[in-house]
Amino acid sequence: MIHKPFHRTHTDMLGERPAPLATVGVMGWMRANLFSSLANTVLTVLAIYLLWVSIPPFLQWAIFDGQVYGENRFSCKGEGACWAWLDQRIGQFLYGFYPSEETWRINLALVLLFPALAPWLMENVPGKRYLRWFSVFYPIIAVFLLVGGFGLTEVSTDALGGFTLNLVVGLAGIVLSLPVGILLALGRQSRLPLIRWFSIIFIEVVRGVPLITLLFVSNIILPIFLPADVALNSVARVIVMITAFASAYMAEVIRGGLQAIPKGQYEAAQAMGLGYWQSMRLIILPQALKISIPGIVNTFIGLFKDTTLVIVIGLFDILGISRAMVSNPDWLGLSSETYVFVSLFFFVVCFAMSRYSMSLERKLDTDQR
Amino acid sequence: MTQTTRTDDERFQLRRILTDERSRGIIIQVILVLAVVAFIAFITRNTMVNLGKSGLTTGFGFLADPAFFDINQPLIAYNSQSSFARALLVGLLNTLLVSVLGIIGATVLGFTSGVLRLSKNWLISRLITSYVEFTRNVPVLLQILFWWALLTGLPKVPDSISIGDIAFVNNRGLRVPGPITEPGSMWVLIALALGIIAAVAISKWARKRQDLTGQTFPSALTGLGLVIGLPILVYLVLGQPLGWEIPERTRFNFRGGINVTPELIALWLALTTYTGAFISEIVRSGILSVSRGQSEAAFALGLRPNLTMRKIILPQALRVIIPPLTSQYLNLTKNSSLAIVIGFQDLVSIGGSILNQSGHSLEIVAIWMAIYLSLSLATSAYMNWYNKRIALVER
Repeated sequence: MIHKPFHRTHTDMLGERPAPLATVGVMGWMRANLFSSLANTVLTVLAIYLLWVSIPPFLQWAIFDGQVYGENRFSCKGEGACWAWLDQRIGQFLYGFYPSEETWRINLALVLLFPALAPWLMENVPGKRYLRWFSVFYPIIAVFLLVGGFGLTEVSTDALGGFTLNLVVGLAGIVLSLPVGILLALGRQSRLPLIRWFSIIFIEVVRGVPLITLLFVSNIILPIFLPADVALNSVARVIVMITAFASAYMAEVIRGGLQAIPKGQYEAAQAMGLGYWQSMRLIILPQALKISIPGIVNTFIGLFKDTTLVIVIGLFDILGISRAMVSNPDWLGLSSETYVFVSLFFFVVCFAMSRYSMSLERKLDTDQR
Repeated sequence: MTQTTRTDDERFQLRRILTDERSRGIIIQVILVLAVVAFIAFITRNTMVNLGKSGLTTGFGFLADPAFFDINQPLIAYNSQSSFARALLVGLLNTLLVSVLGIIGATVLGFTSGVLRLSKNWLISRLITSYVEFTRNVPVLLQILFWWALLTGLPKVPDSISIGDIAFVNNRGLRVPGPITEPGSMWVLIALALGIIAAVAISKWARKRQDLTGQTFPSALTGLGLVIGLPILVYLVLGQPLGWEIPERTRFNFRGGINVTPELIALWLALTTYTGAFISEIVRSGILSVSRGQSEAAFALGLRPNLTMRKIILPQALRVIIPPLTSQYLNLTKNSSLAIVIGFQDLVSIGGSILNQSGHSLEIVAIWMAIYLSLSLATSAYMNWYNKRIALVER
């Protein structure tokens, strides 16, 4: 007699069944990411509502109802944004009061900036050695192009304005504040008490006061401090002050990096017989700067945003130009449009910088963890 | 023979002075001191010459002179006959007002958005990310101007937007109900202060008792009851000595209530959203720095997510958060000086008016620097103390 088994057993493999509909595809994603709990659902609904009341009206205002043509604000009818000034004023926004027949010089300086930056920002650039030499001479070339002389028509620095002024002050500040910041950071860590105290006082005083007061110093106090016959160019004064300001912050960022280097590295460098500067240049700084890249780039971004402060001492950067324009009877009250436009410039430059620093961080992360 | 050896020796010693680390350090420092002294002497001499030429005197005596300019809505009694010193005090109070309001706003906004950005909700975290990225990458000066343009572009006074008929928004700002104080209202405030002190004391006692015996005490509820209940009790006992004056529409303006200027609101909004974005990033990275095992352990103990965040994650994250948070608070205070572009009369703006009127630029700049430096030092001293208090107690 053959016993029948009491329970059924499968002798064949069951085929795969699809996952429940609610956990895959769009539905599943939405359940997991948007409606996973009651609180989450409330938040999602709130967010959708927020987007609904802000995005469509903004697009309606800026694009669908926006008007691009017109002589002045009176030719802009309707509720939408008035972009008519772009056509007439874009030159001022970009170049300030630079003579319009000479603006090619600014454009050329900007184009040449890319090969000058390339060897420092990218790997595998062909002809890296020559480009490095080029970038060393780039500041001289740029100043020559912007100011003129030696055959080019001379243009006063008072004509610098618009986004050009932001770029000039920002780039000069970035290029100068890094080495000054490194020196200050090393000074603060120095074993020589006077050097250390000098660095600490400089860093703490500059970091303790708003940039605006330093700019006032450059405008009002410097003429008192200098001999009567020495008149410093206003753009140069701003660059000096912004550099001093940013380098104090830079010094603190780099100090953080220096402190993160294990003591063994310093001792190993000494044991190899390296002197102070050699060990700094070859052992300590490469590691410290690598750690502090995010902070350094953040300082650069802050510096670039701070270039708008020049309007308080009467220079016309892109923000100054837009402020002047919206108080002009022809374009009175178009502040929302101009501020939206100007903010795009800063957003693009600063966002690019922050993304670049993030990718650099990932690339330089050589920790074998 | 001996002669040459001696010269060799001297040369050797001279070279040793230059190569010896200690003597080289001394030489470098002496050069630095000489350079600084020469620089100071140079600018002092120039200053003497320049001031002598323009016939200006130096010294802080001018601060007692009458200011002859008006200040919009001073926080303390002030008129155009008041002294320069009092004008500066009004400016300082305005700076402190907007800084404190901004710090409160930015902290709330930053912590909320920092926590929400880590939420599993895709839409919310994206929304917060775009807020943070956009606000951080646009100059704060531009944002101040933007908010100010937006607020001054609101409807005129007769067409004010009403908020439940108790507050009104128009292009001259926000008009809110103001308190009316009658004799006895002081006691309500004293009761409030006593309530707060009692609540703090009870929560301290409750924590100590829980540490010793493990018994819990509803200190949050009791504290809330004390803070709210005590003033209300006094208020009722004394016959309601404190009232609210609701602004009333007149033909061209409002009567009663307090008007908050659009400058203050714009500055506050801009500083709050700008600094809030930075704080949001700091909070996010602080929370991420707490290892995953901590929250897993808390869940294993049966703590709910809310309690895990409050009792396990945040206290550990705070150690990472506090130092950069301090510098954000200081940045906010310093950024409040940008008020000058929209005409909010803070310390820098009023100092600028005095400077133009009296010509005492050196003194005004010295006052600015002294005040901002002491604000910075005071804030960082307090935050250092707080940081030390919550720092990890290691074995």
